[in-house]
Amino acid sequence: MKNFDFPESRSLKLMKVMGYNKHRLVRDIDCSSDLVIRGFRYLSDSLLIDVSSIDALIVVTQSPDFLMPSTSSVIQGELGLKQDMLCLDINQGCAGFIIGLIQAFSLLDQDSINRVALVNVDVLSRKVNRQDRNSYPLIGDAASIAIIDKKDGEEIWANLKMDGSRREALMIPAGGMRLPSSPETAEVYDAGDSNFRSKDNLKMDGSAVFNFVQTEVPPLISDILNFSGKSDEDIRAYAFHQPNKFMLEKLADKLGIKHEKIPMDVVERFGNNSGATIPTVLATNLKDQLISGKGLYCLAGFGVGLTWASMVMSIGPLDFCEQIDYP
Amino acid sequence: MKANILSILIETRPESNFESSTNFIEDGLLDSLDMVVIISEIEEQFKVKIDGTDIVPENFCSLEAIVRLIRSAK
Repeated sequence: MKNFDFPESRSLKLMKVMGYNKHRLVRDIDCSSDLVIRGFRYLSDSLLIDVSSIDALIVVTQSPDFLMPSTSSVIQGELGLKQDMLCLDINQGCAGFIIGLIQAFSLLDQDSINRVALVNVDVLSRKVNRQDRNSYPLIGDAASIAIIDKKDGEEIWANLKMDGSRREALMIPAGGMRLPSSPETAEVYDAGDSNFRSKDNLKMDGSAVFNFVQTEVPPLISDILNFSGKSDEDIRAYAFHQPNKFMLEKLADKLGIKHEKIPMDVVERFGNNSGATIPTVLATNLKDQLISGKGLYCLAGFGVGLTWASMVMSIGPLDFCEQIDYP
Repeated sequence: MKANILSILIETRPESNFESSTNFIEDGLLDSLDMVVIISEIEEQFKVKIDGTDIVPENFCSLEAIVRLIRSAK
């Protein structure tokens, strides 16, 4: 909180309510592919997977190494993966794990695709102004790798909604083709309420995003439970995107779900690491149960786009489920 | 109730002059983080639960609006 003009009492209050504590941020030289390559080399060196068996690599990111080529191509090249494969980037964030899973499952319907590597990665701290108190204390950087194999199994249910008309609630205005980065876009201005950022920085309308989640996510979850014929009693745990603790508590109250069934502490341990928050829940909060057996889980992601999506599926026992550090 | 609410507001943003403002949000006296802190204090002091969909700027723009919010949650 030393970046902001907060009295200590307010900082402590925010820490308790929002779940601020620690966040993991990359250095200014680290890119998304660096985190991912570290992860794949760990998996390979540990003999957990043979990377040459990967038939499709999906990289879900909103902080790519380059505008072109794709970050998946960068990773494929650096790791020396086979040429007979699909490399695909998806520009998604908060709901990105669900979107990535939907894409992975579609690809696995192809005869020639038996193994998909789904990566969710962002280094968005590099695009958040340190004096933006709406965003900087919350942000985290991470990469997740999910290896998904074709297998006859149980049903998977998913639902998905998008609303691009509300896209400006969470965006980085400059740096794309609509408004290329320039000395003007790099100028820091007072965005109001003593929050400072430039047009090159991430901006979030906190109230709009909060209201969107509280309004849209409860019916999404009710719908997926109805659609799947499951109830709260059937769900072992809910792995939700982790915007902050306050929002998740309100969501749990609205859904009538016991707080113990929805892990809410990723922000206080790692920060909000975008599309990797759901995998972080799986690899940390739910690791033991996912390694030891099978259970029915409800996953949900919601945020940038705006996008909201959920999935009910059986997961486990997993061959591996770990969190490792970078570098 | 108004006095207690004003006390919460002043504790949250001691530099803001709430009494001379006609709209706390438009006048820049409160932001979304402030709303979160205020809700937390309100829920504790008044023993109510504020529904997530009621956490909108319109419900925090004045003392009267906040009073209405609390009463609707009781």
